[in-house]
Amino acid sequence: MKLDSKIPSGPLSEKWDNHKFKCKLVNPANKRKYDVIIVGTGLAGASAAASLAELGYNVKTFCFQDSPRRAHSIAAQGGINAAKNYRNDGDSVYRLFYDTVKGGDYRAREANVHRLAQVSVNIIDQCVAQGVPFAREYGGLLDNRSFGGAQVSRTFYAKGQTGQQLLLGAYSAMNRMIGEGKIKSYTRHEMLEVVMVDGQARGIIARDLITGEIERHSAHAVVLATGGYGNVFYLTTYARGSNATAIWRAHKKGAYFGNPCFTQIHPTCIPVSGDHQSKLTLMSESLRNDGRIWVPKQKGDPRKPVDIPEGERDYYLERRYPSFGNLVPRDIASRAAKDMCDKGFGVGNTGLAVYLDFSDVIKRTGEKAVEAKYGNLFDMYKQITGENPYKTPMMIYPAVHYTMGGLWVDYNLMTTVPGLYACGEANFSDHGANRLGASALMQGLADGYFVLPYTIGDYLSDVERTPIANDSPEFMDAEQKVKDRLQKLLNIKGKKTVHEFHRELGLLMWNHCGMGRTAEGLTAGIEKIKKLRADFWENLMVPGGEQELNQNLEKAGRVADYLELGELMMVDALNRNESCGGHFREEYQTPENEARRDDEGYAYVAAWEYKGDNQPHELHKEDLVFESVKLTQRSYK
Amino acid sequence: MSGNMNLTLKVWRQKNAKESGRFETYAAKGVSPDMSFLEMLDVVNEDLSKTGIDPIAFDHDCREGICGTCSMYINGRAHGPVKGVTACQLHMRSFADGETIIIEPWRAAAFPVIRDLIVDRQAFEKIQQAGGFVSVNTGSTPDANSIPVSKVNADEAFNSAACIGCGACVAACKNSSAMLFLSAKVSQYALLPQGRVEAKKRVKDMLKVHDDAGFGACTNTEACEAECPKGISVSNIARLNREYAAAMLVGE
Ligand SMILES: Cc1cc2nc3c(=O)[nH]c(=O)nc-3n(C[C@H](O)[C@H](O)[C@H](O)COP(=O)(O)OP(=O)(O)OC[C@H]3O[C@@H](n4cnc5c(N)ncnc54)[C@H](O)[C@@H]3O)c2cc1C
Ligand code: SF4
Ligand code: FES
Repeated sequence: MKLDSKIPSGPLSEKWDNHKFKCKLVNPANKRKYDVIIVGTGLAGASAAASLAELGYNVKTFCFQDSPRRAHSIAAQGGINAAKNYRNDGDSVYRLFYDTVKGGDYRAREANVHRLAQVSVNIIDQCVAQGVPFAREYGGLLDNRSFGGAQVSRTFYAKGQTGQQLLLGAYSAMNRMIGEGKIKSYTRHEMLEVVMVDGQARGIIARDLITGEIERHSAHAVVLATGGYGNVFYLTTYARGSNATAIWRAHKKGAYFGNPCFTQIHPTCIPVSGDHQSKLTLMSESLRNDGRIWVPKQKGDPRKPVDIPEGERDYYLERRYPSFGNLVPRDIASRAAKDMCDKGFGVGNTGLAVYLDFSDVIKRTGEKAVEAKYGNLFDMYKQITGENPYKTPMMIYPAVHYTMGGLWVDYNLMTTVPGLYACGEANFSDHGANRLGASALMQGLADGYFVLPYTIGDYLSDVERTPIANDSPEFMDAEQKVKDRLQKLLNIKGKKTVHEFHRELGLLMWNHCGMGRTAEGLTAGIEKIKKLRADFWENLMVPGGEQELNQNLEKAGRVADYLELGELMMVDALNRNESCGGHFREEYQTPENEARRDDEGYAYVAAWEYKGDNQPHELHKEDLVFESVKLTQRSYK
Repeated sequence: MSGNMNLTLKVWRQKNAKESGRFETYAAKGVSPDMSFLEMLDVVNEDLSKTGIDPIAFDHDCREGICGTCSMYINGRAHGPVKGVTACQLHMRSFADGETIIIEPWRAAAFPVIRDLIVDRQAFEKIQQAGGFVSVNTGSTPDANSIPVSKVNADEAFNSAACIGCGACVAACKNSSAMLFLSAKVSQYALLPQGRVEAKKRVKDMLKVHDDAGFGACTNTEACEAECPKGISVSNIARLNREYAAAMLVGE
C-alpha cells in the first residue's frame, strides 16, 4: 500500500482551517446512530471521549485501571506548552512550531506540528474553563515557566502535578457525559484485539480483568489512545501497567508502525538502587531551571559533594553549551550524562549518576522559595533515597521516559487500517526524533479535544448508520483467537516467571538499543531477542487460571508483545544509519560527539508493515518535505 | 533478595468477592531497606509463584504516589505507618528487622473486596459522575486570562484538587464516610468562579449519591485527614457543609 499522509495543500498556516472546512459533517440527528470505541482514558482518550460524546456520538471507553482518572497521564509533572505569549517574550504559534520541529531534529511532519501549535492556545482556554487550577500570579492571571529546551516561558503548570490536574479536567468532562448516558465507561478491561470487518476496524475484543470473561464490542470507528510502549525497557518512568498490547495487536492487523526506534531517555531520574527495583522515578525537568548539573573534575573523587570546592567541579553542560547550559534538550542532556559516566566521572555507588545541585539557588533565594517551587519533588526524592536535597545535591541519571514512535497516522490521525485511529503517545506523533518537555500533554489534548472530533466525522459521514453486529463470523473468530492465545500462555507451564522474562528483555533492550546504538550491537541484540522469545514460549510459568483476576496472565500477554516489538525497534534502529534526536548511532557523530543527521538519506518516517509471524517487516517511507523551516544542524552552544 | 531484613507477613487472602477470606502467613527474607513496600511484595510474589501458590493480588500502577491505585491497610493504618505517603512510596527502611506486618484491603461496605487486597471503588466514580465537573463543552470557552482568579483561591483550589481518589479516608473512618474525598472535589469548584455557577446543584447531587452508595455519615473524628496521603484538610468538609446549607436555604 502506498502511504498517503493526506497533508492538505495550501500555505502552512492555512492548512488546518482549510481542512476543517473540507471535512464532511455528520448531521446532528445522525450522530447518535454512530458508535465510537475509545481505548485508553489518558489525556488523549479522555479528551476525545468527552468531546465526541458532547457532539452526540455514542462512546464506549476502555481502560485497564479501575478508573479513567488513573491513566498514566496522571503522573506528568512539569507542565504543558501553549503559544499564548502571555509573557510578551516573543512567543508565537510559529515559534512553538519552529521549536518543535527543530527540537525533534527535523523528523516530524511540518503540517501536523503547525496544527499542534495552533490549537495549543485553545487547550489552555478549555482547561481553565473546566476548573483546572493552574498556577497563578498575584494579579490573578496565569503563571508560566520556561521548560527544557525553550527560551521563552510558554509552559503552564499546576505545581509538580500538571498531568494530574489536566487529566482530572478531562476526566470530569468524561464524567459529565457518563452521567448523561453518552459515554459508557468500561474499567478494569483490557483490549486484546482489533476486529476487522470488510477491511475496516469495526470493534475490539476485551477481557474483563475481574472475571476473566472475553467480550466482543462493536463500533463504527475505533480510537486507540493507549499511551507509549517504553516499558519494553522494563525499568522506566512509566506506570507499571503501561503497555504496547493495543497498538501491537493493531499493528498485526495492518496498522503500520512509525519510527519504532525513537525513544526518549529523560535526563533527570533517580538512579537505580538495586535488583529489586521495579520502576524509576522522574525528577521533573523543571528542576533544571534552577539546579546545576556537575560531576567532580577528578575521577572517583571520594569526597562528599558539599566538600568538593567550586573549582574542582565540572559543570559540563554549562561548559559545553554556554548559551543553553542546563536547559539543553533532553536527548543532549541525557547523552552528556552517559558520556561523563562512561568516561569514569560518574558519582554514587554505581558510578552511574551525576549531581543536580540546588545550593546556588538556595543561597540566592532562600530555602522557603525553593520549597514553594519544588517542595513536592524534594519530598519525593527524600522519601525514595533517604537523603535531603536541601542539604546535599540530588543524584540523577537518565531513564527511558517516552516513545516518539507509535502507530503511523495520516493528517486525520487515522492509521493505515480504515476506521482505526491513534492519538496521544500511541501514534508516531508530532515530535520527530525527540520530544520537547511539556509537549506530550499538549499533543494528547490537541488530538483529543480539537483534531479527532473533526476528522472522525469526515470518515463517519461515509459509513452506514446501521448498528454493527458483534456476532458476525469476524467477531467470533477474533474472540476465539484471543481465548486460544490466553490458553497457550497458561499451558506452557514452564519455570520462569513473566517478571524474569521482562527484566531480561529490559536489560537487553537497554544494552543494545538504549542511549548509544551501533550496527554491531543491534545485530547481536536482534539475535538475542529471538532467542529470548523462543525461551519465553517454552519456559514461561503463569500461575492461576483464565476465569479470574490474574495479574500474571495480564502481564504475560504484554511481555509476549514486547518481545516482538523490541525486535522491530532494533530493526528500525539498524536501518536508520544516522543519529537524530533520541536515536544515537555511535558511528554517526560529529567530532564534538554530537548527533550527525543524514538528511539526504533519512529525512523520512519509517513506517513498518507486519508481514506475518517471524517474517521480516516491510519498510515503507514517508518522505518528509520541509517547506517552511530550513534544516540545520541543531546547535545549543 | 538483596538485603538483610527478615519479616513475617500476615496477608489477607480472598479468592473473589463471593468467597470468604482469611489471613495467611508468609516469610519475607533478605529484604533491602531501599525497597519500596510494593517491591517487597513483588519479591514475595515471585517466591510464592515458584512454590505453586497464587501470588498476592494488589492494586498498583504509577508507583510514585499520584495515580491513587495502590490501596492497602498496613499494620492497622491506611497506606502504612508513614504520614503523607501512599503504600507505593513507603520504603522498607520504615520497618524494623524481624517485624510482623499485617496487610489488609480497605474495609468498607461501599468498597467490596474483589480479590486479596484489591477492592472495588466504583462508588467513587458514581459520586464524580453526579456533579464533579463544570458543564462546559469543548471549544466554547473564552480566553483563559479573561477569568482572573486570586492566587489565594487558586492555590487553595489546587490543594483540594490534589486528592488522588485512593479511598484511604474511607478506610480510616469508623463510619466509612467518604466526606473528605467528596468535599475536596466540591471545594475545588466552590473556590473558582468557573465552578460557582453550578455550585448549589453540584453539592446536593454529589451528596445524595454519596449517601446512596453506602458511605456513612461524617461525625468529625478527623481520622480521614490523619491518614490522607495528600494532606487533604478537613476544612474542606466544613466548606462542603456551608455550601450544602446555603444550597438548601435557597432551594433550587
Ligand atoms: C513521570 C512522567 C512525567 C511526565 N511529565 C510530562 C510533562 O511534564 N509534560 C508533558 O507534556 N509530558 C509529560 N510526560 C509524558 C506524558 O505524560 C505522556 O506522554 C502522556 O500523558 C500520554 O498520554 P496518553 O493519553 O497518550 O496515554 P496514557 O496517559 O498513557 O493513557 C493510556 C491509557 O490507555 C489505557 N490502555 C493501555 N493499553 C490498554 C489496553 N490494552 N486495553 C485497555 N486500555 C488500555 C490505559 O488504561 C490508559 O487509560 C511525562 C511522562 C512521565 C512518565
Ligand atoms: S481525600 Fe485523601 S485519602 Fe481520601 S481519596 Fe483523596 S487522597 Fe485519598
Ligand atoms: S501506585 Fe500510584 S499511588 Fe501508589
